[in-house]
Amino acid sequence: MGIITEIRNSISQTVNGIFADDGTARIGIYGPPNAGKTTLANRIARDWTGEAMGAESQIPHETRRAQRKEDVTIERNGNSVTLDIVDTPGVSTKVDYQEFVDFGMDEDDAIERSREATEGVAEAMHWLKEDIDGVIYVLDSSLDPFTQVNTMLTGIIESRDLPILIIANKVDLEDASPQRIDQAFPQHETVPLSGLEGDNTDELYEKIAEQFG
Amino acid sequence: MPEQVKHDDGEGGVQIDMISAGRMDEMTSMEKIHFILDGVREGKVVILEAGLSPDEEAKLIEVTMTEISPDGFSGIEIESYPKESPKSGFLDRILGEDESKMTVIGPANQIETLHKDSELISAVVSAR
Repeated sequence: MGIITEIRNSISQTVNGIFADDGTARIGIYGPPNAGKTTLANRIARDWTGEAMGAESQIPHETRRAQRKEDVTIERNGNSVTLDIVDTPGVSTKVDYQEFVDFGMDEDDAIERSREATEGVAEAMHWLKEDIDGVIYVLDSSLDPFTQVNTMLTGIIESRDLPILIIANKVDLEDASPQRIDQAFPQHETVPLSGLEGDNTDELYEKIAEQFG
Repeated sequence: MPEQVKHDDGEGGVQIDMISAGRMDEMTSMEKIHFILDGVREGKVVILEAGLSPDEEAKLIEVTMTEISPDGFSGIEIESYPKESPKSGFLDRILGEDESKMTVIGPANQIETLHKDSELISAVVSAR
């Protein structure tokens, strides 16, 4: 990118904030498979619109197409922010249908799910490149955050100057360590959360309003 | 299945290609992606002296997904060090801050990462 273009984009971003032309920021929920992205998306959508967004599952790659919930208005401390929430397929550098067979699927279904999963990952990357104004990055806080997918995705998001809020999800699990996630991404705000149980959603909505408002 | 390198004694091994930053600089982004994936699909482990840019990493993920097939290639394992410093600023970028990072890429079914942190990556490469 040329210096002039970069200066123009930087000025434009400062003036316009993260809002798209229609005044609504489009926030992508990103992260590796099984981090609890759809559970979080459903939590936000139910809390503020009364309707869920998508099916949740223990089997990886349950979400294989991006799903958008429009005009989700979040109110906190007298401020309100209206967002489009985009729940994206989990991003991975590998998809092996045998993984689905191991979850009890028959081979044909596993191969079909694998094909759809690869398309879903590519779609998630395309949304990030073209159509996302900010990112909620979801991690399972019971797992090691130092994975390459996390390193690459946060690097890609940062390189595009998108605001990012890290969610240390699944704090209801016994071996959860949100501190480890905070230490892994010290340059970003981290919110410990249980999307499943609804723990600490007050802080989540405060940070969303701060970060994307 | 990935092609294995045969030693004189007939034992299978894994070919490791170490690519200099200069060699990669001569290529366009898509040439880099295909160069890497062609090697990895042949069962090679590719080590890049200077890694890829974030945009190239995004393209690598997208193209990898299009090449996965149930009867052979299941994707890539890739490792590089996480960034140590906080997000670089606008001036850092226009002044050309060096963000290069050594990167290892191999077939997903042949590399297993044992440990990774900001200073150490430990992995096992098998000749399956």
